[in-house]
Amino acid sequence: MKKLLVVIGMLVALPALAQETIKIGLVTALSGQSARAGEAITRGLQVAIDELNAAGGALGRKFELVRRDDEATPAKGVIAARELVHKEKVAVLFGGLDTPVSIAIIPVITEAKVPFMGPWAAGTPITHNGTSPNFAFRVSAVDEIVDKAMLQYAEKTFNAKKPGLILINNPWGESNEKGLKAAMAAKNVTPAGIEKFEGSDVDVVPQLTRLKNAGADSLFLVGNVGPSAQVVKSLDRMGWKPPIVSHWGPAGGRFTELAGPSAPSVHFVQTYSFFGNQRPVGQKVLKALMAKYPDIKTAGDVTPAVGVANAYDAMMLTALAIRNAGSTDGTKIREGYYKIASYDGLIKSYKSPFTATNHDAITENDYVWTQFIDNEILPVGMKK
Amino acid sequence: MLVISALITGLGLGSMYGLLALGFHVTYAVSATVNFAQGSSMMLGAVFAYVFAVRLGLPLYAAAFIALSLCAAYGVLVERLAVRPFVRRGSNAWLMATVALGIVVDNTVLFTFGKEPRGFQMSWAQGGLDVAGIHVSYLQLLIPVVGLSLAAALNLLKNKTQTGKAMLAVVQNPDAARLMGINVPVVICGAYALSTAFAGAAGILIAPLYNVNADMGTVFGLKAFAVAILGGITSAWGVMLAGLLFGVVEALITALLGSTYTQILSFALVIVALALMPNGIFGRAEVKKV
Repeated sequence: MKKLLVVIGMLVALPALAQETIKIGLVTALSGQSARAGEAITRGLQVAIDELNAAGGALGRKFELVRRDDEATPAKGVIAARELVHKEKVAVLFGGLDTPVSIAIIPVITEAKVPFMGPWAAGTPITHNGTSPNFAFRVSAVDEIVDKAMLQYAEKTFNAKKPGLILINNPWGESNEKGLKAAMAAKNVTPAGIEKFEGSDVDVVPQLTRLKNAGADSLFLVGNVGPSAQVVKSLDRMGWKPPIVSHWGPAGGRFTELAGPSAPSVHFVQTYSFFGNQRPVGQKVLKALMAKYPDIKTAGDVTPAVGVANAYDAMMLTALAIRNAGSTDGTKIREGYYKIASYDGLIKSYKSPFTATNHDAITENDYVWTQFIDNEILPVGMKK
Repeated sequence: MLVISALITGLGLGSMYGLLALGFHVTYAVSATVNFAQGSSMMLGAVFAYVFAVRLGLPLYAAAFIALSLCAAYGVLVERLAVRPFVRRGSNAWLMATVALGIVVDNTVLFTFGKEPRGFQMSWAQGGLDVAGIHVSYLQLLIPVVGLSLAAALNLLKNKTQTGKAMLAVVQNPDAARLMGINVPVVICGAYALSTAFAGAAGILIAPLYNVNADMGTVFGLKAFAVAILGGITSAWGVMLAGLLFGVVEALITALLGSTYTQILSFALVIVALALMPNGIFGRAEVKKV
């Protein structure tokens, strides 16, 4: 009788097990100044998951996205990450826009042996975190590489000789301070000065005046959308119009509305633009986005594009890693990332994107330079 | 040029701190209580003005008037819900209750107004003057003028009008004031309305320089409380001048020493000032007659 009950129980449980989804966690800002960025990452992941599920998912199971709002706060991010890892049992945890939050999450995923995938936050220490084995991967820009690209772009485009640094006062700003100093030292460029500002600063004129008086001929800007807008408005009030080369913070929200008429003066880095000729993958993703989200009618509505594109490729690479692992065990998925030989993605065609010594799939050759024209992010110089 | 530029910035920011701190002063002077969530009142002023001016398309003066009226109404609500019930029982729980109400308001705004910060551009605020080679926007000139005018108006109200005298009577001896026919609860309620209206004015003035979002008042509220204590919370001119002083010192430290030292030195100076003058720079020691 007992055996019969066990068999019946197994028969009842089998369909449920077969239908159990592979949960993909996402901890990002879904409210506050970076809400748009969180939404972009969500959209990129969801479009990729829909495409994967339509093709049968992985390991005979469908993927499911489980999101939590970190409110751009490390403490809240850690709580959300713990919940997703231990309660929701996510196979892979995706991070969001904010470097401090991602850095705070690393110990949680390392202890739980759950891979972390960064589709946006660019702080160098996220993947270069000193842990062994390292469970953090990234399909996004990396500060120290972006910093080299910023210097190269400023020299080439604006003939910059003495740039001034205006950096947000948080771990992301610190990460870029190190990267920019190293990039400039390598080229024997001396900065006019290095100034920090707070996200809550109303007026950045004192810091900018110091840089101006020190002879800055251009500005390197690192800050999220709101703080970056404060820098642009302060420059307007000063009547000073230096070339501004920025990390990708302005892409995270309504930059034109917040910064005012001088918003286009900021040239910032992106990993992808949906404008211009698209490869077949680009056309497919844009079509899927337009079909799923009614507010997306043109390429300009996919904003911030970087969040969508990075998240899409990161999810596709994660699916390949899970297939390579043949299981949802974190350690095996980690090994699975190393086994990815090639993938023809949205941003580029990836060849062995992850190795034991390189957990960053994007290189300096994958960046594009953009600016806001009205509310759209366009490659620099491209007319609407 | 560096110093002049910092002075202009500092006076503008300092006026904001002063306006918020005036709100702390006016309720403390009447009831010995304060609304610890003054930052939320400031945020409400900016949000209401944005909604009426940008979303509903009203002229700015009308939007500002409605916003300030609604802020005053919110002040009445703060007093009735988060202060009076606790004071009546002789409890100090109003300290926490005002903070809690502020958090409730911030989150309500987050879900109703929206999660993203919005730009509140005013075309006239873009223009400005060139003074000694430094560009000064009209708004930067207007903010200290409004701040000082409101401090002067409050001083006049307190010292030259029946209402002001009634307010002072309430704080000196509520029982005697009641016996003299002064409606004590109404006076205290009025003080709270005035307090949140001041904060709302600060919010409207700062919105074009900053942006409008649900947590925009948090840091300002904290700094304004420091300013209120620094100025001597019992003196209207004291808190306004302390606000200006704090703003100017903050901007000068940033301009002369660099932004790394701004928060460390400005708050260290507050501690030093209070250690040397425990009642604040412009405050007077309270004398209790027995």
